[in-house]
Amino acid sequence: MTTLASSRRGAPSPGRVPSVGRRLRVDRRYLPVVGTLVVFVLLLVVGGARYDNFLSVGVLANLFINNAFLIVLAVGMTFVILTGGIDLSVGSVLALSGVTAAYLLQAGVPAGVVIPLVVLIGSLIGLLVGAMVHVFEVQPFIATLAAMFFARGLCFLVAPESIPIDDPTFVALASWDTWAGGQWRITSSVVIALVVVAVAFYLLHYTQFGRTVYAIGGGEQSARLMGLPVARTKVLVYVISGTCAGLGGLLFAMFSRSGYSLTGVGMELDAIAAVVIGGTLLTGGTGFVLGSVLGVLVLGLIQTIITFEGTLSSWWTKIVIGALLLVFVVLQRLLALRRS
Amino acid sequence: MTPSDAGDAGSTPDARPQDVRPVVEMTGISIEFPGVKALDGVDLRLLPGEVHALMGENGAGKSTLIKALTGVYGIDSGEILVDGEPHRFSGPGEAQAAGIATVYQEVNLCENLTVAENIMLGNEPRRFGAIDWPRTRRRAAEHLATMGLDVDPASSLGSHSIAVQQLVAISRAMVVDAKVLILDEPTSSLDADEVARLFAVVRRLRDQGVAILFVSHFLEQVFELADRMTVLRNGTRVGEYRTAEITRSELVSRMIGRSMEVLEDLEVRTEHTVDAAQGKPFVQAVGLGRRGSVQAFDLDVHEGEVVGLAGLLGSGRTEVARLLAGADRADTGTLSVKGTPTRLRTPRTAIGRRIAFSSEDRKAEGVVGDLTVRENIVLGLQAERGWLRPLPGKQVDEIVHRYIEALNIRPANPDALLRNLSGGNQQKVLLARWLATAPELFILDEPTRGIDVGAKAEIQRLVSDLAARGMAVLFISAELEEVVRLSHRIAVMRDRQKVAELTNTDSVGVDDVVELIASGGDR
Repeated sequence: MTTLASSRRGAPSPGRVPSVGRRLRVDRRYLPVVGTLVVFVLLLVVGGARYDNFLSVGVLANLFINNAFLIVLAVGMTFVILTGGIDLSVGSVLALSGVTAAYLLQAGVPAGVVIPLVVLIGSLIGLLVGAMVHVFEVQPFIATLAAMFFARGLCFLVAPESIPIDDPTFVALASWDTWAGGQWRITSSVVIALVVVAVAFYLLHYTQFGRTVYAIGGGEQSARLMGLPVARTKVLVYVISGTCAGLGGLLFAMFSRSGYSLTGVGMELDAIAAVVIGGTLLTGGTGFVLGSVLGVLVLGLIQTIITFEGTLSSWWTKIVIGALLLVFVVLQRLLALRRS
Repeated sequence: MTPSDAGDAGSTPDARPQDVRPVVEMTGISIEFPGVKALDGVDLRLLPGEVHALMGENGAGKSTLIKALTGVYGIDSGEILVDGEPHRFSGPGEAQAAGIATVYQEVNLCENLTVAENIMLGNEPRRFGAIDWPRTRRRAAEHLATMGLDVDPASSLGSHSIAVQQLVAISRAMVVDAKVLILDEPTSSLDADEVARLFAVVRRLRDQGVAILFVSHFLEQVFELADRMTVLRNGTRVGEYRTAEITRSELVSRMIGRSMEVLEDLEVRTEHTVDAAQGKPFVQAVGLGRRGSVQAFDLDVHEGEVVGLAGLLGSGRTEVARLLAGADRADTGTLSVKGTPTRLRTPRTAIGRRIAFSSEDRKAEGVVGDLTVRENIVLGLQAERGWLRPLPGKQVDEIVHRYIEALNIRPANPDALLRNLSGGNQQKVLLARWLATAPELFILDEPTRGIDVGAKAEIQRLVSDLAARGMAVLFISAELEEVVRLSHRIAVMRDRQKVAELTNTDSVGVDDVVELIASGGDR
């Protein structure tokens, strides 16, 4: 085993003691994500062992369908957290986008106008946050907290009650689905979420913008001295997160066929939890968007297991997520300590 | 080697100013910070294919001048010509685009990224608009190869030593085909081999026609590497000299504005009298140790005694200091202060026992940059009194003025923000803060690192005086010469273990200590 690994590597760099991680050829940076993957598989095994039809394709497909909006939120959040920031406004922005969509559709505005418009609302709020963070050097926590209250307040200004959505175009889009081979059902929201993930992956790993995001997380001062466009990038990550929240609102509206100003209370925390469980460090600079997707799926699986259990109150979801989050954060600390 | 180099250089550079147009010409540069006039009408010109040293004490304005050139600071007046064209950079990005790259003392790269990513960051080759990773890695590897650096481009930058990171930073500068390479104190944390490696790279770049601006506190290195130098003092330019035409003592006296004799006067050698070592022991550590940090060691520091800790970087010097200062808790062993066994749980308990610890990491563990000089100096004293009993303003003024004068802190303005002071003066403020609390044991970890000759001599003299007045001092420095000169006793560290201790006499020299470090004490 050892000889195999070393022959494949050619000459290993001198003076290094081969460690377990080295022999397994897992880059340290992927370790947290691998940890998440292990948890994911463990949850599947536990669920599969306890409940008869848990490992059916339908359950797994539903995992994506029910969490499409959270995936989109987590993707946006990943950008922000990678720069070392935080976005607390996404839950409220999601609600604002959903309520506005429902309100405008009810007023007879065509879906073709409403859909891009509500996504843009998210971008606009993100831009405001980014400007506050960059121009006035407000702490991201405070700037997004302000945006959170602002957006939530706007929701009630638009409509305090729940508005059903019965616009035919929108309903058609929401209920569009296809069988992607065998039992896999894919809905429009899943397609949108996957496209968002793909775009985010491309942005982060194949553009200068993405590299700057990582560099800022590694050290903002360093990034500036390297001559990278720090200011523009910092504003853009909040625009991206806001846009994702706007899109998330749309997906949630498609999911619930309504818009309600109290949706998404505390959802920003779910998104942050998913990102952290997905292996992204809150200090910035380390993490992957695919990890965040995995984080959302882990959260979804926990919920599914508790639903399958039947006798447990849904609050157990929160308790398990809390415990898992704690374990992950401690693990990340240990990894970081070992590194230094 | 050096004289023949200088001789060769002597024939050509004479003619240069007339034939060769400077790549960079800065004239009449002035910059003012609140409370501090950092630069006052300074000129600087850099010629292609030359290493130009920027010399001056701490606070002379070297860093400010560099930051003015690279666009980090805006200039209040003056002109910057690059290739004859007037420029005013609004940031390092613009300066880089004009061919001016900088490698800073604290390596400004991203440790979370790989070596290849750091080198190419912002300049990655693209294909169809997307970063072409195979090509990016290949280009990075090529740049590393031309530097003669044998590191895996895919390894994470944080896993390498500062020296390698420094060379990676230079590789990065060369990616943009820099015409001007600024090296700001690149050698302050490198050992001799690493310095030689760096210099080889710098000479190669010079021969390729790059203009290099080199800032260093090590005179020997400047004389070895530089062709020409500009001397700054107190924010003004003293003059420009060819290295071949200036002697070390002339240079030093121009830098400090005093003659060499005065400086030599400052360089004290502690009297190695027997009675100094026979004062009462202030701290006694027996078998003190901490897992993963330093192995169990015995160490006494007597009143009126300077104990030097010698050893290479990472040999456990700082770890010893942190245990004695309560910054880390010991797992094993006992520590007695004035004969009473004591457990130092936190720095606060240590301070209560009159132990002061001036950390090597001045910025992170020492001064508070956003407070004024006055506030920084009284911080320790005030903390000790408790915040409910503020020091009377008159007493504060008296203390602050006394220390500003005693330690020659410049600018002598108590209301200047500390972050606007130079490194050496920040260090002095830090020392003043601890001295104001009247410690009985003063632990000084690298108090003279990154500090110019004048300030260094002042701090050395201070250490010597403090011991003469009965203070116990633990003195840590990477410069063995300084340790040998100041200490009554020297403890030698190696591989996180105390390997030897010797009583200093006039016959003990740096060589003896080096041998102890090398042999690990068993000779």
